[in-house]
Amino acid sequence: MLEIRNIHASVEGKEILKGINLTVKAGEVHVLMGPNGSGKSTLSNVIVGNPQYTVTAGTITFNGRDLLAMPPEDRSHEGIFMSYQQPVEIPGVSMNNFMRAAVNAKRKYQGLPPIGGGDFLKMVKEKRELVGLDADLTRRSVNEGFSGGEKKRNEIFQMAMLEPQLAILDETDSGLDVDALRIVAEGFNRLRTPQTAAICITHYQRMLDYIKPDIVHVMLDGRIMRTGGPDLAYRIESEGFDWLKETTPNS
Amino acid sequence: MDALIASGLPTKKDERYKYTDIAAALEPDFGLNLSRLPLSFDPRQTYRCRVPGLGSRVHYVVGDSVAESNVIVDDGRLFVGPMVEFAQRYPDLFRAYYNKVEGDSLTALNTMLVQDGIVIRVAKGCKVDDLLQIVNLSVGNVPMLANRRQLIIMEQGAEASILCCNHSATGCNNLATEVVEGYLANGSHLQYYSVEETSDNCNLLNTTAFMQHEGSNLEYGSITLNSGLLRRSVKIEFDGSNAQTTVSGLVLAHGTSHIDNNLLVAHNAPLCRSDILYKYVLDGSSTGAFAGKVLVNAQAQKTDSQETNANLCVSPSARMFTQPMLEIYADDVKCNHGSTVGQLDDTALFYMAQRGITPEEGRLLLQQSFAWDVLQRIDLLPLRQRLIHMVEERFRRGIGACGDCVMCGGNEI
Repeated sequence: MLEIRNIHASVEGKEILKGINLTVKAGEVHVLMGPNGSGKSTLSNVIVGNPQYTVTAGTITFNGRDLLAMPPEDRSHEGIFMSYQQPVEIPGVSMNNFMRAAVNAKRKYQGLPPIGGGDFLKMVKEKRELVGLDADLTRRSVNEGFSGGEKKRNEIFQMAMLEPQLAILDETDSGLDVDALRIVAEGFNRLRTPQTAAICITHYQRMLDYIKPDIVHVMLDGRIMRTGGPDLAYRIESEGFDWLKETTPNS
Repeated sequence: MDALIASGLPTKKDERYKYTDIAAALEPDFGLNLSRLPLSFDPRQTYRCRVPGLGSRVHYVVGDSVAESNVIVDDGRLFVGPMVEFAQRYPDLFRAYYNKVEGDSLTALNTMLVQDGIVIRVAKGCKVDDLLQIVNLSVGNVPMLANRRQLIIMEQGAEASILCCNHSATGCNNLATEVVEGYLANGSHLQYYSVEETSDNCNLLNTTAFMQHEGSNLEYGSITLNSGLLRRSVKIEFDGSNAQTTVSGLVLAHGTSHIDNNLLVAHNAPLCRSDILYKYVLDGSSTGAFAGKVLVNAQAQKTDSQETNANLCVSPSARMFTQPMLEIYADDVKCNHGSTVGQLDDTALFYMAQRGITPEEGRLLLQQSFAWDVLQRIDLLPLRQRLIHMVEERFRRGIGACGDCVMCGGNEI
């Protein structure tokens, strides 16, 4: 599904990613761990095409298509979704208008007519219940006045609405208490199918208890230093990252 | 004329005119219809208002002339008709109310040159259910200066809604001076909206003054969708207690338009409330100016006033000048004021793009949402719905590509 080859990327002239290779197949859940500043968020922003990040070398293909040649909105239409670490507030734009614009933009890309008003509201209700989002929140401005937990739940709600093939969860677990984390993780799990995949960035084992990853990667200084199974995450949790610094990157 | 000569025209050195060059606006060699040439067409036939819910009672002013085809209303409860006619039928009332506004030299210029205007008088205790609509049309095959006037008399407990639509039916450069005087007696209620939808060669110098007495309620809204140079000087004065006013302004400017709103709300009596919100969305190389002063005099205890001016410069060369002012001489008041100038939020635009919303659609959503709360303040539902639609069309397609979606859906004359 996703093929990342030798990606180098920089922010404001500073190189952050120094040759990333990563393959994600349908049905897989990958976890990216690593200390702050190792490039995890940069990698996810590069995948979704954030203009603040410049790709200086390498290729990314998504279902065989050149992702780097696409504008951010087309990457979204192709099925890539990123759950933000810090979701953006958009005063004055209601969640309903925002989601309708997003759903219709995707339908237009797919050559479908705009969704009918009744169908849209039905869809909102169904997906809202899936992630336990309060009805009132979909009528309010996007993320404005939402609590930390509501914002993260709102991200998963948007994911449910857009039904992406590849979901990137950028520290979706941060700032959540145990109950909120469980609700968000359960919402995410309900959306998993054999045709979808996810990349989950986290610092904490507790997220992994819920989402059961297949593959764990550890990033250090802009490179993937180690790839392994779920047990790698447990070792990081108990021993930290220092022991990895002595080893060489895997190819 | 003496007043005009004594004070001279305002210059940019005058504090209230520092953002707009009045002399330059008056510089071109304009024609004046002093010989009172009759209109060559009937606006009622060619410029019909087709907005659903509006257009039932329309009075046309073409250039500086009140259209002869207007149906004068004079049933003892309500008078709507030409000022000349009103002065003949009700000379005492006319003398009591006309030209009592404490104006500057622009008012003096208008008073000197004005030939006619519209008078609306609502008698004591009368409630006018239908919207009263005034359509001002700019016309002329040569550059013209039109001087027009409105006098609004709301007697005790009277209620009415007035909508002024300013349109252009000429490709020629033209200028209008306009003086609006309104008197709200005790317990009267007036909704007054003015929509500017002309063209970039239409210029308007407006002076508006409302005097509010005890317990009166004014909702004033000015919506500028399209104009060349526009200067509105609005003064609202509270002369009796427990009166309130809601002032709402929305400006969408593009090209080289220059839109200047100068507002003064004077609290001269206790327990009055003023709520002011102006928003500008400036595109192209347009300039916006807002100077709003709330003056709370010593006797105006328990004043409740809120003034906000928020502005969005959506292009790098658009410029905004903003000056919210608060002058308080009473000690028991609740007042606040503030202004902001910002650009479209790139972070929000990228967040939307990640969800599949194109940058064009994202810009549209952000601009629409910015204008939304001003439009929500318009009580007159058909007008609000029409404006919401027009604002969306405007952001979506820009000027000149709206098809027949000008306010009236009217034809070029």
